[in-house]
Amino acid sequence: MTGRGCGGALRIDALRREFGSFTALEGLELDVPAGEFVALLGPSGCGKSTALNLLAGLLDPTTGTISLDGRRIDRLPPEQRGIAMVFQNYALFPHLTVADNIAFGLRMRGCPKPERAERVRRALDLVRLRAQADRYPRQLSGGQQQRVAIARAVVVEPRLVLMDEPLSNLDASLRLDLRTEIRALHQQLSLTTIYVTHDQTEALSLADRLVVLRDGAVQQVGTPAEVYERPANAFVAGFVGYRNSLPGTLTGGVFDAGDLVLRVGGYGTDRPAPGPAVAMIRPEDLLLVREPAAGSGNEVPLDVRVCEYQGRGFAIEGSGPGGQLLHCRSDRSFRPGERAVAVVAPDRVRLFARPQTETPTPDRALPVDGQPS
Amino acid sequence: MSASGPSGDHLLRWRDRARRRGVTPTVWLVVPGALFMVVFFVYPVCYGVGLSFQGTQGWSSAYRDFFADRLVNNHGSRRSILITLELALAASVVNVVLAVPIAYRMRGRVRAKRALIAVVLVPMTLGTVFVASAMKEFLGPSGWLNRALLGIGAIEQPLPLVGNVTGVLLSLVFTGLPFAFLLMVGYTSGIDPGLDKAAAVCGARPAQRFWLVTFPLLLPGMTITFCLSFVLAFGVFPSATLVGNDAGPTRVLSKVAYTEYSYGHYPTASAAAVVMAVVQLAVLGLVLSARGLLHRGPTTGGKG
Ligand SMILES: Nc1ncnc2c1ncn2[C@@H]1O[C@H](COP(=O)(O)OP(=O)(O)O)[C@@H](O)[C@H]1O
Ligand SMILES: [Mg+2]
Repeated sequence: MTGRGCGGALRIDALRREFGSFTALEGLELDVPAGEFVALLGPSGCGKSTALNLLAGLLDPTTGTISLDGRRIDRLPPEQRGIAMVFQNYALFPHLTVADNIAFGLRMRGCPKPERAERVRRALDLVRLRAQADRYPRQLSGGQQQRVAIARAVVVEPRLVLMDEPLSNLDASLRLDLRTEIRALHQQLSLTTIYVTHDQTEALSLADRLVVLRDGAVQQVGTPAEVYERPANAFVAGFVGYRNSLPGTLTGGVFDAGDLVLRVGGYGTDRPAPGPAVAMIRPEDLLLVREPAAGSGNEVPLDVRVCEYQGRGFAIEGSGPGGQLLHCRSDRSFRPGERAVAVVAPDRVRLFARPQTETPTPDRALPVDGQPS
Repeated sequence: MSASGPSGDHLLRWRDRARRRGVTPTVWLVVPGALFMVVFFVYPVCYGVGLSFQGTQGWSSAYRDFFADRLVNNHGSRRSILITLELALAASVVNVVLAVPIAYRMRGRVRAKRALIAVVLVPMTLGTVFVASAMKEFLGPSGWLNRALLGIGAIEQPLPLVGNVTGVLLSLVFTGLPFAFLLMVGYTSGIDPGLDKAAAVCGARPAQRFWLVTFPLLLPGMTITFCLSFVLAFGVFPSATLVGNDAGPTRVLSKVAYTEYSYGHYPTASAAAVVMAVVQLAVLGLVLSARGLLHRGPTTGGKG
């Protein structure tokens, strides 16, 4: 509560959990220094909650160890781990007032009454819910309830805070506000935090470090900038906004996707060896124009299917050569069925070696006339 | 609208108003039930209450006879009130106290729960009379249980398990517990399992989680279960007759009323029934008003 940073250092070693023959989490390795904010990012069902429940002690690991400040905690029951958790559905005690909810953990720790009242008051101030102290959870809005849950977690000054998609039950604007609030709270308290989300913008904006998961396996660990700018593979790239993926073959500086050929370059060092590859492009890097200026980059003919107004510009979806579904941007509006040209600079095409099964968004376009192919 | 003329307009408005007050064509579906209630419930109740005021010596004579123990065989009818109350209260407390832990252990275990519910339904379908006769066979002085205990030398005299209050209580628990369990399973399953986890990560040990989180959330359900168990136990008399001793220690109120009826003393019989109803309503009123002081909100956290 005092901002001196009481978080602990977390060490996870070869953590693995199976449900029957199904492996929900395999070999998670993670070293989290005290006070760091780590986000576990991945699509639904990739084992994020499993990882968090293992840390909290709500699930037993199949193998692997967890230590906090050098002490093994993986065999301790949850109540002895000194960890706090924020749940997706808030999980506030409905029969207790806001203040009593926040005081619950302090009561369990045998904190004397006057100190308890003082710390609850400070926690209420921290989440700006002083006026609601005597209300019951059902009398609060979703955002207020989640702020109570956050206060309940941080008031005990845990050595580790776990958050399982705390914002995904809230509406969009509230989510943004509370996200900022969580970030501010972390900067103020420096509690070691593991934050689980399937939302890449949430993870990128909150975390000091990201762990991207897929089917229980770690895909990449890095700072938000590293993951965003240098995704380790096509899956991570697809997850951080590379919506367009084209399977093809790389030879020299040219990527051949059958119906279309792209010049590639720039990214240089992390280009894969010649052979089967997948090219990935962010929609923001694929600009749709009626007549391309000479020498502006790769030109891809496109049949416009859908054009959405997005304030700053337009998001356009269409089918490229061979019916490949492409997402691009433009500052002008297009009519469905219109023919235009999408332009992408050679250094904005990211290439990954193509494993046989790894195509993150294998969506084919519907033909322009709307008949399923 | 204007084309339909003033009368059509008027009709529409009348229908709209009716609809707004909740009077829709589906209201007619209520009629058979309401009619049934009036003919078979409201009227008999009024008739019975009326009858109880038609004693031979003035309007209150049936009640005076009842409370002065001037009924058939001069049995103590005030004592009957106490006997019935004790039996019903003891049975419903035992039922709730036994049902809650079983139901609590069963939460989340779907297959075990289904199996147990099937097993538990059997005694309910058997009915009191069958259960009471079976108990007589099994628990009687020369029943299997006593013979077995005597055989292994655990006891020297047969345990008096039937023909007294214990027998009636056992029978009430045996038939009432499944019912209480089924009700409580509904309530325990309704509690968000996330709350138990939340309490655990807040540092609460299992016992603290039960007493500080689960128990308060179960209290409303326990109250309802208690009330229904109580009402069920209060009116039962086959067991009081078959495995109790309805001439004395287990002469319950319904037995008193039945005896009066069978002697043709309708006003005193009705008076006994009215006293039964009043005692039950008093107990339910007490319990439910105490419940009003407790938490009555949802048993899940948040809106998710
Ligand atoms: N108790 C369980 N029994 C069997 N499978 C489970 C159980 N809990 C989770 N799983 C499976 O493990 C995978 C990961 O689940 P989870 O960690 O909840 O994913 P998420 O990343 O969406 O939080 C899912 O495929 C889920 O079906
Ligand atoms: Mg999850």
